[in-house]
Amino acid sequence: MSLAPETRWGRLAAFWSDYRQSPVALAALIIIVSVVLMAILAPLVAPQDPYNQSTLDLFDARLPPGEIGSGGYVHWLGTDAAGRDVFSAILYGLRTSLIVGVLAGTFALVLGGVVGLIAAYYGGRTEAVIMRIIDLQLSLPAILLALVLVAMLGQGLPQLVTALTLAQYAYFARTTHGAASAERGKDYIEAALSTPLPARQVLFRHLLPNALPPLIVVATVQVANSIALEATLSFLGLGLPLTQPSLGSLISNGFQFLLSGRYWISIYPGIALMLTVVAINLVGDQVRYVLNPRRSR
Amino acid sequence: MIGFFIQRILQAILVIVAMSVIVFVGVYAIGNPIDVMIDPASDQALRAALIQRYGFDKSLVEQYFIFMGNMLRGDLGESFIYRLPVMGLIFSRLPATLELAISAMLIATLLGIPLGLWAGYKPDAISSKFIMGLSVLGFSVPTFWVGLLLIMAFAVELGWLPSGGRGPVTDIFGMKLSIDSMEGLSYIILPAFNLALFKLGLLIRLTRSGTVEVMSSDYVRFARAQGLSEGKVVGLHVLKNISIPIVTIFGLELGSTLAFAVVTETVFNWPGMGKLIIDSITVLDRPVMVAYLILVVFLFVLINLVVDLIYGQLDPRIRVKAAS
Repeated sequence: MSLAPETRWGRLAAFWSDYRQSPVALAALIIIVSVVLMAILAPLVAPQDPYNQSTLDLFDARLPPGEIGSGGYVHWLGTDAAGRDVFSAILYGLRTSLIVGVLAGTFALVLGGVVGLIAAYYGGRTEAVIMRIIDLQLSLPAILLALVLVAMLGQGLPQLVTALTLAQYAYFARTTHGAASAERGKDYIEAALSTPLPARQVLFRHLLPNALPPLIVVATVQVANSIALEATLSFLGLGLPLTQPSLGSLISNGFQFLLSGRYWISIYPGIALMLTVVAINLVGDQVRYVLNPRRSR
Repeated sequence: MIGFFIQRILQAILVIVAMSVIVFVGVYAIGNPIDVMIDPASDQALRAALIQRYGFDKSLVEQYFIFMGNMLRGDLGESFIYRLPVMGLIFSRLPATLELAISAMLIATLLGIPLGLWAGYKPDAISSKFIMGLSVLGFSVPTFWVGLLLIMAFAVELGWLPSGGRGPVTDIFGMKLSIDSMEGLSYIILPAFNLALFKLGLLIRLTRSGTVEVMSSDYVRFARAQGLSEGKVVGLHVLKNISIPIVTIFGLELGSTLAFAVVTETVFNWPGMGKLIIDSITVLDRPVMVAYLILVVFLFVLINLVVDLIYGQLDPRIRVKAAS
């Protein structure tokens, strides 16, 4: 980054050339892209629709990896107790997990961002009350909040997304508030305020874009956290039912067979979960590193 | 100073009251507990009698005040499922959870601080990179999944350790503990290590970043110029200066360890408070849920209050800012 890039594309290109310096982060990005692609293309890639009861055959139940089932194709990752192809189940489970993670992450970003911006913009009593509540919520672990909320709201995808959003928005609120209050004191905001622009415009056109970089980092990590939290809740039996499985419910479903040595029913969905979550975290780490203005160049 | 104390204590009380309302109303909204308690086919008279006995016919506000009044007298009600006082039920499970949480904190500290010191002392070494990689895994991989892997490796494949449960316990000071016997210990190793992983990752990172910062400071350079051995520089100067933030985080994390125990206890079938709350959520045992949640909120507020007050004592700026 020797010359200062002026255009948006220039900035993006500079970001990318910094990002790809780390081979680990590059590999993580490739993993995420392929995981997302496989999830989107699940109906085309999966050898079987795992939730269409008519394609399931109980004779295929609990086949170890590599066996050929009655469908005539190889079950590379084995089958579960209902004769479901584990590989297909993982692809469909990934869909649910990613949808929950991205939705909860996005909603939490919007909610937390607005709350944080309002606190930073208005200051005074409003700020004190809001930030006190946020601090309080941050002192409680997200898993506990999510547990309570899921217990209150009941099972199902919308309920789960709501619970995860409410359990996690405080991280965004804190980050936005921090970044926005630092910007709030700068001259350009004072200048914008002294013009007859409406407050809304100053907030979203001037304050928000400049407070955005740290939010992006939190957002990537929170998507991973949402996926992990959802998996944990499903594992505890409080997330999604098996008719709408996520990776967590698949792992939970296979847990009872683990002790009898039929490891593949829960281990492979678990590996998929781990790869996804760790890859997102590694990408988040690298983005934070690249966006950090104090980084030595 | 006294003003600051009073202000913080009042705030803490306010928070507990507010949370108790939220928890009570939220849990109240879950469903009708009477359907869980009795057979739906039982006759109306029995149903009405039970509704009366548990006070479900009163308004939500009335029920809340009755509950709070009883709680202040130390009576948290009776579990719908076990038909036992909730207070006794929770306290009978408390030692198992505490034992697990404290073992986990010990493992995290005894491993995390030396590893973090090494990673910060030699930031470019391969071993340090490896340690940092482990710490990323430690707090990004979901706890329950690592628990599963541990069970598979050490219980199923190698057969070294039991896969779950608590094993034999001995009575120590009226608490049933399992760390007393070798066999009991074999049961606690896996769950404690599992619960420790998240803290371990956190402690390694904290210790490392603190060490990196302190290593480049003037007083470390000065200590070296004095001719002190490296062991003394690290053990005396570095460790002392990074210990304050570590101790703070450690205190705050004790509460979250209790919360995370919910997951580990379920994976390893450990009969602690976390297992109790999950079981009571699945069967809608309302009194146990409310009591557990209020107890946890109380613990958290207490820990935060203590940290706040100590900080106020240490750093006058916080005190002034809070009072204004």
